[in-house]
Amino acid sequence: MGSLMELVENSQLREDIPEFRPGSSVRVNYRIIEGEKERIQAFEGVVIRKHLGDRNNKASFTVRKVTQGHGVERIFPLHSPRIESIKVLKVGVVRRAKLYYLRQRRGKAARIAEKITYRPKS
Amino acid sequence: MLNGIMGRKIGMTQIFEADGTAVPVTVVQVGPVTVVQKKTEEQEGYNSVQVGYEEIPDRKTNKPMKGHLKSQKAVRILKEFKVDDIAQVELGQVFDYSMFEEGETIAITGVSKGKGFSGTIKRHNFGGQPASHGHRGHRRTGSIGQCATPARVFKGKKMPGQYGNKNVTVLGLKVSKIIPEQNLLLIRGAVPGKNGGVVTLKKSGR
Repeated sequence: MGSLMELVENSQLREDIPEFRPGSSVRVNYRIIEGEKERIQAFEGVVIRKHLGDRNNKASFTVRKVTQGHGVERIFPLHSPRIESIKVLKVGVVRRAKLYYLRQRRGKAARIAEKITYRPKS
Repeated sequence: MLNGIMGRKIGMTQIFEADGTAVPVTVVQVGPVTVVQKKTEEQEGYNSVQVGYEEIPDRKTNKPMKGHLKSQKAVRILKEFKVDDIAQVELGQVFDYSMFEEGETIAITGVSKGKGFSGTIKRHNFGGQPASHGHRGHRRTGSIGQCATPARVFKGKKMPGQYGNKNVTVLGLKVSKIIPEQNLLLIRGAVPGKNGGVVTLKKSGR
């Protein structure tokens, strides 16, 4: 019986979602349907939370950005077909899984150090 | 065509519809059921079909059941359904998920999860009494009637008692998706009963 649930749930998973973690900066290209027309809207910000892991059809993540002094947070279902693509812009160095402390910070204090990975010249 | 079929509730999850909306669904494994007995106007006084669900080994049936099933395979559950035209149904005929289609509205009956002897707050959605400011009996029933007139408690008064573990029918459930390979129906919303429980799906969902 468990395997039947897995069968249904796994059929909902998307394989083209890139790997990213809380602290990463991402651009989510999200399909918006306005009446008949469909267009793509980008939402760019820091991932402050991932919910239920990567391989779960109910998984979601929250992206936070600050627009004109107002913090804006958006929750996306990770495997939603409405997500056109996710682009990972930066990988940050953070020490916790939920970055709720960013909500209390403004400007310079809300920065996240970028993770520098050594890439040998090929 | 039968007006219903049996199945088992597998569990609840979430799927994305074609337009990308996430919907909560219950996974139900449906049928197949085999026609065991035809009841006709002449013999029984009404037309209906008795079907068997879930085959079991022959040694697990008793003699009366074997006599009833005659040469048919042993089954766990028997149930009767109405039919449009009894002449088209034959003994041994198999019905399965194909009687439903995606987007159809159906009704599902199952035995709800037993909640034991429950109070009025859980069982009848009573409000209860305030938690503080000198109040006592926070979750108690409260008054159950008036005084000398009528000097009795009205019949049917909502009181504590057994809650759950009884037949519940939910109308207007939508078939969200069908997975033919495993006989699975994905039903939008919740279905009565625990996971693994037997449910009856009927076509008249209103």
